[in-house]
Amino acid sequence: MREKAEKKSKFRETVAYQAILLGASTLVATTLLSFGNLATKDEIALRIEEDLKASLTQVVPEDLYDNELLASTISEENSKGESVLVYQATLNNVVTAVIFEVTENGYSGKIRSIIGIAPDGRILGVRILSHSETPGLGDKIEVEKDDWILGFDGLSINNPGQSGWAVRKDGGQFDQFTGATITPRAVVKSIRSGLEFFEQKKQVLLHVETESQR
Amino acid sequence: MNMNYKENAREGLWTNNIVFAQLLALCPLLAVTGTATNGLGMGIATIVVLVLSNATVSLFRNVITPEVRIPDFVLIIATVVTMVDMVMNAWMHELYKVLGLFIPLIVTNCAILGRAEAFASKNAIAPSIFDGLMMGLGFTFVLVVLGASREVLSNGTLFANASLLLGNGFSFLETTLIKDYRGFLLFALPSGGFIALGFILAGKRMLDKWLQTRSAAKVFVGDLSTAKSK
Repeated sequence: MREKAEKKSKFRETVAYQAILLGASTLVATTLLSFGNLATKDEIALRIEEDLKASLTQVVPEDLYDNELLASTISEENSKGESVLVYQATLNNVVTAVIFEVTENGYSGKIRSIIGIAPDGRILGVRILSHSETPGLGDKIEVEKDDWILGFDGLSINNPGQSGWAVRKDGGQFDQFTGATITPRAVVKSIRSGLEFFEQKKQVLLHVETESQR
Repeated sequence: MNMNYKENAREGLWTNNIVFAQLLALCPLLAVTGTATNGLGMGIATIVVLVLSNATVSLFRNVITPEVRIPDFVLIIATVVTMVDMVMNAWMHELYKVLGLFIPLIVTNCAILGRAEAFASKNAIAPSIFDGLMMGLGFTFVLVVLGASREVLSNGTLFANASLLLGNGFSFLETTLIKDYRGFLLFALPSGGFIALGFILAGKRMLDKWLQTRSAAKVFVGDLSTAKSK
């Protein structure tokens, strides 16, 4: 019995034991993580889809479409050469709105917003999806904190026109925040670029692929 | 045994507090304590990870040799954090949207590794879990105090958006202490966090000193009275 214990403690001191220990614990950890990933993967994908759907319905009223938004997407290239995923909202197979994401660099990091546009070029709604602006200053772009973002509803590229699409400090018509100009400037710029993208690709974006063409 | 638990609770909450005494975990501490609610969220997430990692490390303490303990502890902590992240994302999604930001940050919290090394690797599983809980509560206490003072100074509010974290039942916590406050940006930024933490640390030292002199004075008075009676 004692011999066995001695043997065991001797084995513990060898280099092989350290290697086996590390290898075994890594194996256990990766196995656990793989099972964890398998168990949660579908659930997480579902949650992300729900979140996306919730933000899509925020920028386009639900009575404007009767299709499955997440399934009706097309991909188009914008002027920067990036591909933009566009969701088409259709009612009786006629496009009633398009929704896509625009990003712009803010004060600290990217500001991602989602924008919904009617076929005539009017903005139906804009919401901020994610940002890392200064809390208490730049975060007034969130609809939960301030209704500044609602001020864009109903506007289009020609209303207020080229020079109007800027914050007041730059001669435009949109308010900046006290102590924060860069954040609203970035948001205005990204919305404007979204509208320009829509004008350029209007033909494609408003075209519905019918079932037979698919 | 009971005395040990009492002593352990005292250490975790005050005398050997992660922040107050060990000055560990400053990275997540300063990063998230812009508001009291964020501090509380980070605290809750840290308690969960600290308890789980202490339990796991204690469970394997006789298998892990001193030479390779650090990589093994890091592996255990990283696994626990990732598991908590995935499970919360899948089944507690509303909470995850609020706390999700903090969970990956916990990996940068050296206090977790510190407790694994200093306590869990030498003690049985039950005391290790208790130690994780107490150290976590002590950390949460500092997070909330620092978050609250920075929030009041920078925004004039206290526990803003608490209902997003704790549910609508807790919306009574959300208060505006200073009406029409113009804001003091410095305290919302990390530099303000350093300044506020400095004052809190100094305050803690002063309180300790005052407590010490008071108890010393009591002993002294007691000695005098017994001397007189003789």
